[in-house]
Amino acid sequence: MTDKDAQKKSGILGRLFGRKETPAAEAQAPKLPQEAPDSLTLEGGDAPAGVAAEVAVSAVLAPAPVAARIEPEPATPPAKKGWLSRLTAGLAKTSSKLSDGITGIFTKRKLDADTLDDLEDLLIQSDLGLETTKRITDTISKGRFEKGIAPDDVRQILSQEVARVLRPVAKPLVIDPAHKPHVVLVVGVNGSGKTTTIGKLAAQYKRDGLSAMIAAGDTFRAAAIDQLKVWGERTNTPVIAREVGADSSGLAYDALQQARDAHADVLLLDTAGRLQNKQALMDELEKIIRVIRKLDSSAPHDVILVLDATTGQNALSQVEVFRQRAGVSGLVMTKLDGTARGGILVAIAAKFALPVHAIGVGEGIDDLAPFDPDDFARTIAQL
Amino acid sequence: MFQSLSDRLSGVFDKLRGRGALSESDVSDAMREVRRALLEADVALDVVRDFTEKVKAKAVGAEVVRSVKPGQMVVKIVNDELVAMLGSTAEPIDLAAVPPVGILMVGLQGSGKTTTTAKIGYRLTNRDRKKVLMASLDTRRPAAQEQLRVLGEQTNVATLPIVAGESPVQIARRAQEVAKIGGYDVVIFDTAGRVTVDEELMDEVAEVKRLVGPHEVLLVADSLTGQDAVTTAKAFDARVGITGIVLTRADGDGRGGAALSMRAVTGKPIKLLGVGEKWDALEEFDPARIAGRILGMGDIVGLVEKAAQTIDMAKAQQIAEKMQKGIFDLDDLGDQIKQMQRMGGMGGVMGMMPGVGKMKDQLAASGMDDKMLKRQHAIITSMTPKERRHPKLLDAKRKRRIAAGSGTKVEEINRLLKQHRQMADMMKMMGKNPSMLKKMAGAMGMGGAGMGGGAPTDAEMAKMQAELAKLDPKALEQLPPELRDMLPKDFPAQGAASKGGGVPGLAGAPKPGLPGLGGLPGLGGGFPKFPSFSGKKK
Repeated sequence: MTDKDAQKKSGILGRLFGRKETPAAEAQAPKLPQEAPDSLTLEGGDAPAGVAAEVAVSAVLAPAPVAARIEPEPATPPAKKGWLSRLTAGLAKTSSKLSDGITGIFTKRKLDADTLDDLEDLLIQSDLGLETTKRITDTISKGRFEKGIAPDDVRQILSQEVARVLRPVAKPLVIDPAHKPHVVLVVGVNGSGKTTTIGKLAAQYKRDGLSAMIAAGDTFRAAAIDQLKVWGERTNTPVIAREVGADSSGLAYDALQQARDAHADVLLLDTAGRLQNKQALMDELEKIIRVIRKLDSSAPHDVILVLDATTGQNALSQVEVFRQRAGVSGLVMTKLDGTARGGILVAIAAKFALPVHAIGVGEGIDDLAPFDPDDFARTIAQL
Repeated sequence: MFQSLSDRLSGVFDKLRGRGALSESDVSDAMREVRRALLEADVALDVVRDFTEKVKAKAVGAEVVRSVKPGQMVVKIVNDELVAMLGSTAEPIDLAAVPPVGILMVGLQGSGKTTTTAKIGYRLTNRDRKKVLMASLDTRRPAAQEQLRVLGEQTNVATLPIVAGESPVQIARRAQEVAKIGGYDVVIFDTAGRVTVDEELMDEVAEVKRLVGPHEVLLVADSLTGQDAVTTAKAFDARVGITGIVLTRADGDGRGGAALSMRAVTGKPIKLLGVGEKWDALEEFDPARIAGRILGMGDIVGLVEKAAQTIDMAKAQQIAEKMQKGIFDLDDLGDQIKQMQRMGGMGGVMGMMPGVGKMKDQLAASGMDDKMLKRQHAIITSMTPKERRHPKLLDAKRKRRIAAGSGTKVEEINRLLKQHRQMADMMKMMGKNPSMLKKMAGAMGMGGAGMGGGAPTDAEMAKMQAELAKLDPKALEQLPPELRDMLPKDFPAQGAASKGGGVPGLAGAPKPGLPGLGGLPGLGGGFPKFPSFSGKKK
């Protein structure tokens, strides 16, 4: 991120990518509120009420963007705390990049083919995927071609379009009390954040007063079991583990048995990371499901695919294959606290319509936020 | 990795190749397609733009070499630019410094730093006979230090004993001391994953770097990364100053755009590729080969190398002689099948062959896979030696016997025989008319002269380029018709270019009639002959 890079470009490009440097420099700015909530969380760390309040806030905000014109600022009052501000801070990069670029394109400009191309590029750059990008640019060009257009309008449309795609998929993970336990199988490629997500989920269930158990099903990676045990201690959740190299389906079976005996509400089943194009490993995953169905034919009740926000178009392939082989029923997107833009989620929502249960916005125990499509969309469009 | 990018690009090139004249709008259209293909492969937008602009500029001002068709010229320019973008020489890890040589590993969370650390440790210990110490500076992720310790045990590489409560900087200092006192050649510092916007953590790793003064700072990045690859690479390079990049999960089905982006924006070489879960699943990154693979020209060098490692030279020679005589019996076919299996089966060989990328998917879809090779081999071994030499002997009764013996069906035997007949015919023709090979070579559009120029390449590179060019899949279109007919029908995959359309006869039926594919094992099997094949051309 040097000045040289910024200066190299000129014209629209210069504006697009020159601006990019500004938010980078401003990275400290969103960081400040990010630190503030940290201390706040420390104070009220064990008070779930605070979190509930946040949810309420977002619930109030949620229906707002349905209206065609809304006041531009509701999503970013600096007074916000807790996960919402974390989300905002996490997504700040995304949105400032996007909307700076958009402003650059549309102020003083007519909407012509070049402009649309630039907008298209911009969305592609957020990993939105070609299909989704095309849809958004089409919507924007409809009836507006060759007319002047204000940046705010573009943001509106962008936000609306993103939200429209995402809204149907925003569904929290619901634990069905009829199942004892409700079995949640967590799958994904290596390093996507499965174990950390399980730790955060366990903490969440603890707060909700549910009794959870964790099965350390990643018997392959060195110290994966130890890592999960640490999370078990942090969240005060029992962890069922076997030695490294043990058969993960056998472990899953035993864990389900134990969770049943203990009348646990939730059983979180960790699995080893696997690339979706590895036949044998995908077979192993199928076997795990087959084996636990011997005990409970309705299990697993949820299969969560954990997706890394930095992943590009390959995420589509991950969703497709894991859904086919393991019956993925929902998604969690992690690492939205970095520079990654997570735009692929929009493409995934458009293509697969799989529920998005939550997003990961940090390494802390509370850094799992419910997925709020309107916030997500508004923050991306920076309205 | 790179496979689907290669599919997309060869689709674009299929349209260009073979055209007599290209208008400027043809080039523009092609560049638009190239741009889309690259973007879909997650190549960063700025990089794509630079790339297409450079290609366009060169394509417009290009001197049109006589005998080279304009379309081919564009393909060549794209190839040259791709090689230039990826860098032209392989750059392995550099250990030329006063021991203990420090290697600092940095990257985002979950990019694969710890696993890569262990793989590098394993490689340096076992291949380069170095005494390696690995130290985990990751005090954040639970059990991360423990993970490296276990990996050290598994790979038999020393790790720094864990002392609870130490800061990363303290651990780094201690690791350096231990390495000095213990007489280690290399010390690898594995750091915690961090997001680039976390100033505090970026400061920390910069501090570690200042302290230990590593000879190599490797950015470990996921090859499945999207557009963010650029931001990450730039940020780490700016804050820490990297010397190279390791791309992990290159064995996934990602399109590898991150490789292009990161190399392009940092100018730092990609040094290694992580290609699997095993300790030795770490490959050196050879840009020229990768460029060839991306353009669907195949990794001929890789294929030949692999062939040299696995193939019984004497046997290959024997087959070659027989082929020259135009004899090709079922024993030969059996040998070829065996050799293919040794070279990593269908997938392994096909992936490296030029222009076959697209067929690979169709193969997978048609169930024509390694199991099939195994079955075919079983059929052949269930025959008597006499039957193998004289397939005409095989009547219905014998076929039933063979089917029972090999656990297959009579239809499968018929299919194999048909396939063999086709191949034998082809061999016969080749044997009778050696000039056909020359004709083939001559028909290849881009001569060695056309390549080679452009990007600065050393002699070896140029040679390989020339070789690649001669094997340009395009050339198949220009083969004498009688020879072309014998190739699997969709080999140049003109029809298959229309994505997803597939080859009706193939992908459609679950158990396809194999005529089209019949020649395949032969093709693959014939490949071991490649060195002598090219020799003949000269």
